[in-house]
Parts: sequence; C-alpha cells; structure tokens
Amino acid sequence: MLLDRDGAFRADSWRHLADDEADDDGESVTISLRRWQAERERWQDRSTPLGLRLPNDVPPAAIGAAVDRFALIVLNFPRFVDGRAYSQARLLRGRLGFRGELRAAGNVLRDQLLFMARCGFDSFAVDAARARAEDWPRAFREFDLFYQPANDRRLPILSQRLRAWQGAAE
Amino acid sequence: MYRYDEFDRKFLAERVAQYRDQVRRRLAGQLSEDEFRSLRLMNGLYLQLHAYMLRISIPYGTLSSAQLRGLAEVARRWDKGYGHFTTRQNIQFNWIKLEETPDILAHLAAVQLHGIQTSGNSFRNITTDPFAGVAGDEIEDPRPYCEIVRQWAALHPEFSFLPRKFKIAINAADADRAAVKIHDLGLYLRRSDRGEIGFAVTVGGGLGRTPILAQTVRDFVPRRELLAYISACLRVYNQYGRRDNLFKSRIKILVQALGIEKMRQEVEDEYAAMGDEREALALPDEAVAAMQAQFAPPAYADAAGDDAELAQAAASEPDFARWIERNTRPHKQAGHASVVISLKPVGRPTGDCSASQMRTVADLADELSFGEVRVTHDQNLVLPHVRKSALYDLWLRLGAGDLATPNIGLASDIIACPGLDYCGLATARSIPVAQALAVHLAGREAAIGPLQIKISGCINACGHHHVGHIGILGLEKNGAESYQITVGGSDGEQAALGGIIGPAVAAHEITATVDRLIDAYLRLRRDGEQFPDTYRRVGLAPFKEALYVAR
Repeated sequence: MLLDRDGAFRADSWRHLADDEADDDGESVTISLRRWQAERERWQDRSTPLGLRLPNDVPPAAIGAAVDRFALIVLNFPRFVDGRAYSQARLLRGRLGFRGELRAAGNVLRDQLLFMARCGFDSFAVDAARARAEDWPRAFREFDLFYQPANDRRLPILSQRLRAWQGAAE
Repeated sequence: MYRYDEFDRKFLAERVAQYRDQVRRRLAGQLSEDEFRSLRLMNGLYLQLHAYMLRISIPYGTLSSAQLRGLAEVARRWDKGYGHFTTRQNIQFNWIKLEETPDILAHLAAVQLHGIQTSGNSFRNITTDPFAGVAGDEIEDPRPYCEIVRQWAALHPEFSFLPRKFKIAINAADADRAAVKIHDLGLYLRRSDRGEIGFAVTVGGGLGRTPILAQTVRDFVPRRELLAYISACLRVYNQYGRRDNLFKSRIKILVQALGIEKMRQEVEDEYAAMGDEREALALPDEAVAAMQAQFAPPAYADAAGDDAELAQAAASEPDFARWIERNTRPHKQAGHASVVISLKPVGRPTGDCSASQMRTVADLADELSFGEVRVTHDQNLVLPHVRKSALYDLWLRLGAGDLATPNIGLASDIIACPGLDYCGLATARSIPVAQALAVHLAGREAAIGPLQIKISGCINACGHHHVGHIGILGLEKNGAESYQITVGGSDGEQAALGGIIGPAVAAHEITATVDRLIDAYLRLRRDGEQFPDTYRRVGLAPFKEALYVAR
C-alpha cells in the first residue's frame, strides 16, 4: 500500500519488475538501474509509463538527462538509519529537475515521513495496517515551522522573519 | 544572549509534543526498541548501566540564570539532586525515568532548553569559546554564527540520518579555546584583507579509536555563504561516508580514505553545482545583523576605578589573590573580569554540580554577571562579566557553596568522562582515577603550573585523553582495568595528539607513573614552556626513559 504526502492511502498501480521478468504491453512498470543501463534502447521508446528503482549508493547524476524518461523514481531505505536517499531525493528534485513521482521504499517508518516529504518525496511504500493503526498521516502535520529551505516550498523560519522585519520597516 | 521568538517557541512546543507521542507509542508497544532508540537518542535520551541518562543541549555553552534554575529543578525533581556538565558544554542527568522524559522536556522548553540532537547520527551541539563576546583577542563574537548554524541544523530534513554523529565547533579568537581541530567540522572566523568576515573551514577531526586532527578544506568562505558551504560538506559526507562499520563511519575516515585533496575537490564540486540552493541558503547581511543584535554587550558600569580596589583586597588576602590569579580571565571591558567557577573541588567527581549549587550560581549571575553563565569544554562554569569590585564578595559566596577551588588550568582541574560508574560504553572507571590524582597532585600543582590531565573510560574518548598534556585511557584486559598513558597532547591552536609512553598500567600504579612524568617534565622544561612545548622539543624518549629507569 502507498501513503501519499497529503495523507491519503492508495493501492500501488505499478508492477516492479525483477531483472529477468517480462513486462506486458500497456502496464506501468519499474525496472532496476542495472536493467535500464543494460537494455536502455529497449526501454527508451516504450510508450507506457516507466519507472526506475535507484539504489542508494548511486549518485543521481549517473542518470543525467534521462531523468525525464521516468514517470516514477523509487529510492530505497535499506534500514531507516541509512539516510543516503534523502540527499538523492534533493538532488533529483533540485539539481536534475525531476518532476515525476518520487517514492520512498524499504524500511520506511512514521517518524521519518516528514523529513522525506521535505526532501521531495511524494509517496511512501508502507505497511497499511500499521500505518493506519499509528495514524501515520498525522506525521506530516506534526510541524508547521522549519528552519531549513528544502524541496517542499515551505518558507523557512529565517525567510519568514526577514519578511516580517521588512514589513515592519515599510 | 539569544532569546527565542514566537517561531522558536512554537517549533520547540511542536517538538515536545512529537516526542511525547513517540514515548506514548513506545510504552503502548507500537514502536520496537530498535525503532524507538534512534528517536529517543535524537532527544538526548540514552540507556545507561543503571538508568536512562538525559543529555540537555546547552547551545555553544551559553546559559541564562533562568535556564540554570530550570536545570536545577530537573536535578531536584526528576534526578538525584545533581547534574554533570560534559566536554561538549552540555549537561547530563543520570537517573531518569523514561515515562517522565516528556514532562522534563516540556519543563525545559519553558526556559528555551531542549535535548534535540544531543545524541544520534546528526549534528550535535555547536560549541565555541566559553569567553566568546568578552575575550580581548577576538575578531568578532562567534555566538551569532553559532546560533545561525544551530537553527539551520535543528531537525535538518536531509542530514538527520548521517553515517555517524557530527560535531561542529566555531572559534573566533587568536587562541583556539574551542578545540576546533578535534571536531568533524571546524570554523575559524577570519577577517579578509578587504575587511570581509568569513570562515576557514576544517574537516575530519575527531578522537575515538582513530584520533585524527582536522585539515583545512577551504581557507575562506564569506559569511553569506556559510550555510551553503557547510551543506556541501555534509552532502559529500552523507553520500560517501561509510555505513558498513560503526568505527569507520565518521567523516575523518572518509577524509583519510580520499585524502584532503580529493575531499576538497568533492566539496568544491558539490558547492559549485548548488546553484539555486546556494541562494536559498545565503545569509543576508540583515539576518546576520539581527542575530548580532541579540548578542549585544550588556550595559556595563563605568568600572575603571575597580582595579585599585581589587589590588588592595588581593594584597591583604593571599587565598583570594590565588583565586584571582587562577580563576579569573581578562575582559574586553575596563574594570571587569570573567570568572571561572571550578567544578573540580579536589577529590570530588569532575563536572558534577548539585541543584543548590546551580541555584547559587544562577543567583550570583543575576546579581553580578547580567544573568549570564557559560559552560566550558573542560567542565567548569563561567560568570562572563563581573565587575572587579565585586570579585571579593563573589569569592566568599562561591566558597560557601564549595565553588571557589583555585585550580583552573592546574593539575587537579582534570577532565574526565563518567566512565564505568555510569556509562554503558565504558571499559574502566574514570571518576575514581581523577579523584585520586587530584588529591595526590593538589599539594604541588601550583609549583607545576598549567597542566591538563584528561581521562577517558573507553576508546570513545569522551574525556579527550588524546589531547591531554597527560592523557589516561581506561581499558579492560582479562577482566581487569588497566590504563594507557599518553603525553604531550594539546587541544589548542597548536593541537597535537599525545604519544603513548609504554604498556598500560594498573589503576594503583597511575599516580606513581604520572608523578614520574611530571618530574621529568619539570626537569626538562625551559622557562615559559608548558608540557606540550617541552614534549615538542624533546620528544617521547626522555619520558619513556623516566619510567624505565624507575622500574
């Protein structure tokens, strides 16, 4: 089950292909980075939506301009304490300009959701029963205020202060 | 001093509410201990040998009297009546109950204190010179920059799950009183030839089982770019720092593996590629100016005449004169001094402070130091702005609270971690070793002069033993405690790691060994030399020999 950054649950409409698995026409699939690199020509011109699963030890720059080819990129948290994908997400959004769906998979837990959302993730592969029982959607609303600029267009506290001071000066 | 505005207050209230809910979910069994562990650590809560320990952040070692009273209340109400100041300018409470921690943090939030990121694999407390804002050799007050970095680092969305902890220190004076070179990232405030303020940035310092001193990654980063440049360093570390081995996961190991040239290239490449992000992180002059206004100097009295009065009092009372000599430091403002309050009464646990002592210091700060207190990385307190005419009265009142030991910088002013008496990581005791040494050396410490003895109860080196003039590391060998001794370390601007003088010794041999090392130093030293100066000149051999001959 997926949880979206707006707090809604939905089913995953994507099929996540193993490297030796064939795809059906017309279905949305994700493939591994290895498969993309090995069979790029085959996947390049596929007409239905394509997604990419990027391991957390590959710099996003490795995808380069091909980033626009993907409607979905899935980043992995092998353990929740392994925070490499936070940087990957920010680079995909901020530097490579990725506009598709950015999804967190792996050991995704409630208390990291807000950090992930701020770094540009839209959706989260979660255990729905647990996520409902612990009211995970509320995790996105636990803070209104943030000290850092990030990839969620929230105005950081410093910018809010500057605005208030300028207002006071006028 | 920095005072929270409505943004800071609301942010901290949200944090306390979030943590309260996390504890509720843990107690209800919704969170596993493994999942909860990193959450509680991010709020400073450790599980130790006998109980939970709660570490409260004292941002860059600066406290208001109200905050110190808040800490005293935690000691009284939720602990056994005392707290322990640490080498990172924080305070720890050692006898805490998990279910009471949300209330403790709510209580502290009311005085603008918190436990955010005092543990965990993220930014730790930003530390600086305890004499910031009052020292004469300062280029500019570092505290506004400390606070700017503190805020930026609080619950950082990208850097809260780094490979390992990350410590930042800022120094703004000629002398390095912040031990910058043993920090993951160090900032030396500089003024460029054109008069512009910026920072030299160092990376890769740290102690632990692989002690390494930091190296310079960039000589000058303009202050406007400070947060952007730190971000570039952190992004390189977050992506490439090792995560497969806890003991190889600090940034120092990455710097060692890449070499400083390659590390610099990685950081500079990332920094150059940041584009819009750099703009978003830029520090406009008005933001710096507004922060500096928070740290404006207090309204000092005209105290130019105080020096004569002080000289007279000191002349008639030798004990007072000794305390003045040892425990006060010069102040920018005429007729004022900074006073170091020793938390090392000879024979007592180093850095411990009772609730009533905290209240005494808070009252004295209100009366004599504009309500301000500092915590030093060598586990003492400072009243930063005291009129010289008030020093005699202050000395008497500190003495009544067992707070006037005249030993700052001397042999009994020992740094020691809590060791095996409290800590779950320790392999040997530190507190009794420090107590025994202090008692043994106190009689001749005045003749020895400045000497820094630093003791850690395990390889993690919280007691900074590698950079002690004499360093003592407690180990466990075949079920018995033994202690490895190093000499010649220093944490100042000429930072150096000590050299190991030989095989580890048993606890009962420590005082005799240290005696011989000190005797050798006294024999070898030339005029004006401190221990590390002599060591630099003569090397390890004469110290080894002094021990060998004795055996």
